[in-house]
Amino acid sequence: MVERLLTGSKRYYMWLGFLCLLILASFCVYWTQLTEGLGVTGMNRDVSWGLYISQFTYFVGVAASAVMLVLPAYFHHYKKFKRMIIFGEFMAIAAVVMCALFIVVDLGQPQRAMNVMLHPTPNSVMFYDMIVLIGYLCLNLVIGWVTLEAERLDMDPPKWIKFFIYLSVIWAFSIHTVTAFLYAGIPGRHYWLTAIMAARFLSSAFCSGPAILLLLMFVLKRLTGFNPGEEAVKTLTKIITYAMCINVFFYCLELFTAFYSNIPGHMEPLIFLFAGHGGHVAWVTYWMWAAVILAFASLAMLIPPSLRDNMKLLPYALGMLVLASWIDKGLGLLVGGFTPNMFEAVTPYVPTFREIMVALGVYAIGALVLSLLWKIALDVKKGSGHFGEGE
Amino acid sequence: MNNSRRTFLKVAGVSAFALTTGVAGAAQAKIIGTYEQGDKALKAKRWAMVIDTRKFTSADDYKPLIDACHKAHNVPAIPGNQEIKWMWLDHYDRVFTDDMNANLPDKFKKGMFPLLCNHCTNPPCVRVCPTGATYKMHDGIIAMDYHRCIGCRFCMAGCPYGARSFNFVDPRKFIADPVPNPEYPTRMIGVVEKCTFCAERLAKGLRPACVEAANGAVMFGDLDDPNSDVRKALAENFSIRRKPSLGTQPGVYYLI
Amino acid sequence: MYNKTYVLAGIIIFVALFTTPFWTGIMSGSYQRPAVQLPANEKECVEPVEYMRAEHMQLLNDWRDQALRNEARVYVSSTGKKWEISLQNTCLKCHNNTTEFCDKCHISNSVYPYCWTCHIEPKGKK
Repeated sequence: MVERLLTGSKRYYMWLGFLCLLILASFCVYWTQLTEGLGVTGMNRDVSWGLYISQFTYFVGVAASAVMLVLPAYFHHYKKFKRMIIFGEFMAIAAVVMCALFIVVDLGQPQRAMNVMLHPTPNSVMFYDMIVLIGYLCLNLVIGWVTLEAERLDMDPPKWIKFFIYLSVIWAFSIHTVTAFLYAGIPGRHYWLTAIMAARFLSSAFCSGPAILLLLMFVLKRLTGFNPGEEAVKTLTKIITYAMCINVFFYCLELFTAFYSNIPGHMEPLIFLFAGHGGHVAWVTYWMWAAVILAFASLAMLIPPSLRDNMKLLPYALGMLVLASWIDKGLGLLVGGFTPNMFEAVTPYVPTFREIMVALGVYAIGALVLSLLWKIALDVKKGSGHFGEGE
Repeated sequence: MNNSRRTFLKVAGVSAFALTTGVAGAAQAKIIGTYEQGDKALKAKRWAMVIDTRKFTSADDYKPLIDACHKAHNVPAIPGNQEIKWMWLDHYDRVFTDDMNANLPDKFKKGMFPLLCNHCTNPPCVRVCPTGATYKMHDGIIAMDYHRCIGCRFCMAGCPYGARSFNFVDPRKFIADPVPNPEYPTRMIGVVEKCTFCAERLAKGLRPACVEAANGAVMFGDLDDPNSDVRKALAENFSIRRKPSLGTQPGVYYLI
Repeated sequence: MYNKTYVLAGIIIFVALFTTPFWTGIMSGSYQRPAVQLPANEKECVEPVEYMRAEHMQLLNDWRDQALRNEARVYVSSTGKKWEISLQNTCLKCHNNTTEFCDKCHISNSVYPYCWTCHIEPKGKK
């Protein structure tokens, strides 16, 4: 099936060329980080994790979200999702690749990364995170490839793959739970030390991941004419809406515990994120309020059925939802976790230009992997007659 | 063709595996000597430190301790918030964050207090390290192997005391040449470092550099030995530790 | 088999390229052991010279783990002599010219350990 990558339209090649240029440019920036050290980033002694780790966290969620298609299709035999599943699985692969890269670019000594395997330490959550991410990558590669191959040959997928599909459903929950445990088991970081962290991670992943998938599917429809099916889109939107409601609800639970208990440690990160510190408002405050507005606006457009089913409005609602969840998890989570710092003081963190460039490069690699995998999937669907809106 | 290709791949895979494991086996170290602890080495079941802050009247009084530490370990002086600190000073409310009393005597409102790695009994940094680069030794010291550190900084997120520093830049550029202590290495870019309770000095029968520089105001000894200096000091004086409620059991006590 | 000639030609070119290290090795004559400069005033290393030549990297690896993790900072050699475990304060005290000792073999064997990013390189070299 790989040979299908070699034949494509001019637009396809231009897109790939653009991505490669972007990757090359950001690799040059990464090279300066490798030689000069992580000093080129905005991270510091008190805010020792930044944009890279937050993006890692966000994309673990995106990877896990494929389960929102797989679970209804295989556990509940919801056939309408079957057209779209392969795109979800391939998006998970691209997301896991991005996760791995975000970890690598964050390491001070990336050439020693294999020490995690050479000296396995089962007391570290990072060790389990590595195992579940590699496992999830393999599962999706095998499942995606085998089911697509079956579709190409116009056969039913082999029976043994069912086992791996069921396994991948449980596995998807595990990858984001373990990622939440990276944060939720650390004593002394008030914003992270909360049992609901894993649940919040999952709910935010299950709304934002499918939303990203749908937005990309809309782009795909524009470009190639592949229609995932209106019924499938509507069902997935309902799932997204429920997940987003739960996500917002969970965040509000944090607010209640922090402010009703009146324990300073619990309140301070939230006050810093939404109101700043000592009369100074940090850049993140604007983002956090934007996230609040976007989250509620997206819910206002998603909860009423009349608005939710409006296919013209839907992309905007989903876009706002994705942005809101990205600010919460991709910015607020890390900044809030490190502010106030271990001395109950505020150390500012702003990502630098080079840090953002490196992150963009990883995004571009993710987009490249996704484009190539989706190209294969689309061509197979064309070849097997599953491209048009049949059924 | 298809069948033979498959068999070929299988055979190739198995032999590649056998070959690599064989090579790895052959690379095992052949060590012909044995190891022991030095005769002069100071030994303890659980090293601990007691800082008598009553004997320090100003921040300047702590300077010799910090200088002795940073000189002994070639700690670079990096400006800005990407700095390296093994021992440093901060205000009372930053050091003892649990004590939120606004009406303390001036000594506590304005005075400075020393900070260093607490060498916890239950160290979160060791718990989170994914490579075993940081570990607890049999004598309670939390040590680091800079050769193994991958620079993931999970330990910095994990340490509730902010005791760890990361080499964001090449530290050699910020250390005098020749280095203050040619007997001790420096660190390299991209690894985390911290106070080691001077494990390398203990091995030679010397007390930690800061303890030596403190002229008796800082005690160091075995917490498991009821006759040690530290146990006597703790038995006779009121002492506090940083963030005791987290259950880490810090090994650094402050007499106040 | 399809495209037999192209496939065979491809395989031959691949094998030829893949084995270039061996060819160049054979062509360039026999390997000359570099003339390392041994410490002038010292007769004895921690272990016999053959062992050190073959195993010094494993020994250093083990030294590091024993000293840093087990607080065992004294090495009792196979002859029973005791040595302080320290690259900087034991090895380099005698082998104080890294250019004439370490680098000689490392360079001709294309290995580039990065000891001196942390350990202080002795100033013995000119």
